[in-house]
Parts: sequence; structure tokens; C-alpha cells
Amino acid sequence: SPETNLPSVQQEQAKVETLPDLNAKILDEDWDDIPPSSALEVISEEEAVQIIAEPLVPIQSSTLRDYVDHSETLEKLVHLGVDLSQVEKSQKAGQLLLTLDFEKDVKKILLFLKDLGVEDNQLGAFLTKNPYILGEDLEALETRVAYLKSKKFGKSEIAQMVSRAPYLLLFSVERLDNRLGFFKNELGLSVKKTKDLVIRLPRLLTGKLEPVKENLQVCQIELGFQRNEIQQIVYKTPKILTASKKRLKQTFDYLHNIMGIPHRMLTRFPQVFNSKLLRIRERHMFLAFLGRAQYDPAQPSYISLDQLVSLPDEVFCTEIAKASMQDFEKFLKTL
Amino acid sequence: LNAAPGRAPRQRVRFLPAPAPGGGGAVELVAARVPVLADHPLVRGPRFKKLKIGAGHRLDVKASGVFVLGIGHGNKLLTDLYNCHLTKVYIVGGLFGKATDDFSDTGNLVEKTTFDHITREKLERILAVIQGTNQKALLMYSNIDMKTQEAYELAVKGLIRPMGKSPPIITVVRCLQFALPEFQLEIHCLHETQQYLRKMVHEIGLELKSSAVCTQVRRIRDGVFTVDDALLRTQWNLQSIQEAIRNCQLKVETELEKTL
Repeated sequence: SPETNLPSVQQEQAKVETLPDLNAKILDEDWDDIPPSSALEVISEEEAVQIIAEPLVPIQSSTLRDYVDHSETLEKLVHLGVDLSQVEKSQKAGQLLLTLDFEKDVKKILLFLKDLGVEDNQLGAFLTKNPYILGEDLEALETRVAYLKSKKFGKSEIAQMVSRAPYLLLFSVERLDNRLGFFKNELGLSVKKTKDLVIRLPRLLTGKLEPVKENLQVCQIELGFQRNEIQQIVYKTPKILTASKKRLKQTFDYLHNIMGIPHRMLTRFPQVFNSKLLRIRERHMFLAFLGRAQYDPAQPSYISLDQLVSLPDEVFCTEIAKASMQDFEKFLKTL
Repeated sequence: LNAAPGRAPRQRVRFLPAPAPGGGGAVELVAARVPVLADHPLVRGPRFKKLKIGAGHRLDVKASGVFVLGIGHGNKLLTDLYNCHLTKVYIVGGLFGKATDDFSDTGNLVEKTTFDHITREKLERILAVIQGTNQKALLMYSNIDMKTQEAYELAVKGLIRPMGKSPPIITVVRCLQFALPEFQLEIHCLHETQQYLRKMVHEIGLELKSSAVCTQVRRIRDGVFTVDDALLRTQWNLQSIQEAIRNCQLKVETELEKTL
């Protein structure tokens, strides 16, 4: 039968074909393969030697470890760099991989991905996150790529998007179209800018849309940004659309109400919303303690917000706070 | 901020594929060594998935400071340290003029009072009274016969401690800073909770015929562990934690030997 799952490890000596039914099938449903001859028959020496009596592969298991030595597909995937311990956490994914045949199904898709521009060393990680693509219809995948190309996404851009949002090609053309339209309408940006945004954060297309809408509402209503300010912020740091609302509100509250930073400054440096509130708080308190917490560009010795959050600790201490790391650490221990 | 050792994020996948015999030959069986793919790191997964971490004396959400954690076998030491009944030292900040329902500065305001009449001497007098009453409780709960020479020697060295359960006891309290309306105290205590300390601030306010709220509770010492030993959040990584454990090991052992 075409579904022999005999191990195909190259180092082994010449394989001897045995009664294929003794190596049990891996699929759960196959109860039909009963050995035709009784196990208690007397057989000759040669025959006895020829039988490979390996322990039977379990019919059901919660881990792929039991099957990896017996499945060519799994073995090739491990050599590609797919982390099976992650994949087996989803039952559907594990089951899918076991039913696929490497030569017939998997190879085509791998070649397709390579054509698309996914690097060899990224294939493993990609498949770990999205093993379902190996079960997709090749034509459907090609149609979706053609759609993206028709929307004037370049080849390298498509490769980048697919690598960073592995589920992208699982979405039908219709769904992709809806999502692109959604972002264009909600954000009110030009087609070119929307595309640029999606290339930089392709997760937007594969994630849920409701939270994005809610985040936009939060920015407008609770944080009080104007529509054009929101457009600027989102274009600079699209991650805001997927950030947690609670965190956004807390960070904004601290920046605006406690540090006293006005909206227009936040629009200029939206990356502060991406950094951890703890970091902002610690650094601001240290600067306030030293009397250097000056965030107004019109005043002397002004400290820009992006420097406040993006510099590593040592540079922050020496350049901005003009103090030593030890002083900073001692100060932190008094909080 | 809790300056304390915490969880170490790490992946230690370090083992070689185990050899397993395979078979196959024309007529004879020849054993060949073949790596068992089931042991491949990508198939088996990370070696350490969970860590057993236990916590020492509680520190509530509003307080900060030294927080002792035990990892793996260290959890046993935690119980031993608990039974040593060592004192903890806190820096408690207070503010005169307000009283709130939960005794801290973030609670609902209950009353406002004047505080101009408070002076440092008055405060220190109250603190001395508190220390005195607590001293009596200390002697009572430590179950030592007061009339013995041994008791006298221990008392001189300051080693009298309750060795069992007891209500919160304050062994030392002194005023570090006094700048109306703010003040700062250093409190050495046993079997306390942070809320008890906040309540104490409130009561100090009442004794001084005013009112007070607690603005900060910060633990600077828990038994043998001080702020200098503690790790900041930026230092919560494997190397720092291992180093911290090594540095404190000697201190912990000496203390445990002394007491038990």
C-alpha cells in the first residue's frame, strides 16, 4: 500500500521488506490490518531472521515523539528545523502532519514557499507556527499570492509579510480583500500608506478586527487624540492597534497627567506607547529626583521622549541623566 | 518596586541524541546505531518547563522592598528561616494632617486635621512609648524566665525573640526624618503585616492629637537579606540569580546554625 511508513533512515543497512502489517499503521482508524497468517505457525530460520519485530507504534498518542522515528514526513520536517514539541500542542496540527505524505504533498508546498522567497533558515520557524499550510491546496495558495501581486505588493514584500504573519496565506482572497478594505476605511490613510503599514505589521491582516476598532475608539474618545493625530501615530507605530487597551490607558495617563506631556508631543513620539510603563516611570522619577525632567523643547536641557525610552540603561545614565549606573540602581532600590 | 530575585527565563536544552539499535541485513542481523529522533531537541522540547518557587514573608501590593524567594530545594530553607523568627526592618513614610479609611494615602479621605502643634520631641516621645509596650510583649512571648542570669545576658545582647506564633511586635522604632507634614520612621519588627504598620502610623497621628496616613512602606531587610543583596528587575536573569544565591548562602547557613 502507498502508505507504508517504514523508517527511511539512510544510515541503516539494507532494509528487508517484512509483512507490512506488522508495522502498525499510524492512523487511528485503521483496525482492518490483521496479519493474514497466525503468529504461532512454525517458520524457517531465514524467515525468522527476516522479520523485523520492532515494538508497535501506538495507535493513539498525545505526543509526536512516538511517531517521529517511523514517519518520513516528520523526520524531514525535524531536519528542516520544525519544532515538533510546539506543533504537537495542537492536536489538529499533529494529526495533519502524520497523515501527509512527504513526496506527494509536503514537497510541493515547500517548493512553493521557497519560490515565494521564504528563506531556508526561516522555513522551520514558519512551519512550526503554521503547519496547516502543508495541508492547503497549492492552487488556492497561488491564487492568493496572485491577488496580492495584483494589489501591487512586490515579491520581497510578500515574502516578508508571509514570513512574519505565517497564517496570511491561509486566508481566502475574499477575506484578505475585506481586511485590506477595513484598514483603509478605518484609518483613512491613502492606499499606498495602508499597504506600507500592512507590510510593516502583517499581523494586522491575520489578527482579529474588533480589538483594532476598539483601540481606535480608545485613542479618540478616552485619550483625546484628533483623527489626524491618530493617523500619524498609527502610521509611525502600527503596534498601537494591537496593544492592550489597559496598558495604553495607563501609559497615557502617566505620560500626560503625571509627566505633563501634551498631545502634540505624544503625536511626535508615539514610540513611548510601545515601551514598558515601568521603564518610563523609573527613568522619569530618576530625572525628577535629579531635577532634570524637562520635556519641553522650548526650554533648555530638553530631553526628547524617544531618547527617554529607547536608549539602553548605560547610555541613558551617562548621556541623559548625567549620573552613574550605580546611582541609578541605588535610586531604584529606594522606590 | 519589588527589588528581589525572580523567575529565570531560560532554555537549557543540552543533551546528545541517544543511540538505539536498529536492524537490517540480508540474512544476518547487523546492529547499527541510529540516532533516535524522538530524543531530538526539536521533538522533545525544552528540558525545564517548570520551576518550583516559594515565597518568603509576604509583601503586599502597595509596599516595596526586599522579597525573599526560594527556588527548588531552597524552599525547605524558607521554612527554616521562618522558624528563626528574625526581625524585618522597614522604612515607613507618613504624612500628617489627613486620615483615610485604609490608612494609606490612596484611600478615601475620612478627616483632615491641623498638625502645626507637632514637634519632633513629641513624636519621639510617642515612639518611645510604643517601643516600651512592645518590649513587654516581647518578653512575654519569648517564654524566658525573667529571673535567670541567662535571660539577663540575652536581653543585654538583644537576642530575646519570640520563638513561636505571636502578634506583631516592634523591637525598635526611631524617627529618621521629620519635615512637617512629612516624617519617616525606621521600624524593626516581627510577625507583622504591612497593613499593621500603616495602622500604626494612623495611631501615631491620633496620639499626637492629629491624624496621619502612611505614604510608603519599604522593607530594607528581611532577616539576613538586605537591600544590597537584592536584585532589581533588570537583574532578573540566570547569572545574577545564581550569583545572588551564592553570595547569600553563607549568611543563611550561619544564621540557621545559630538558631536551630
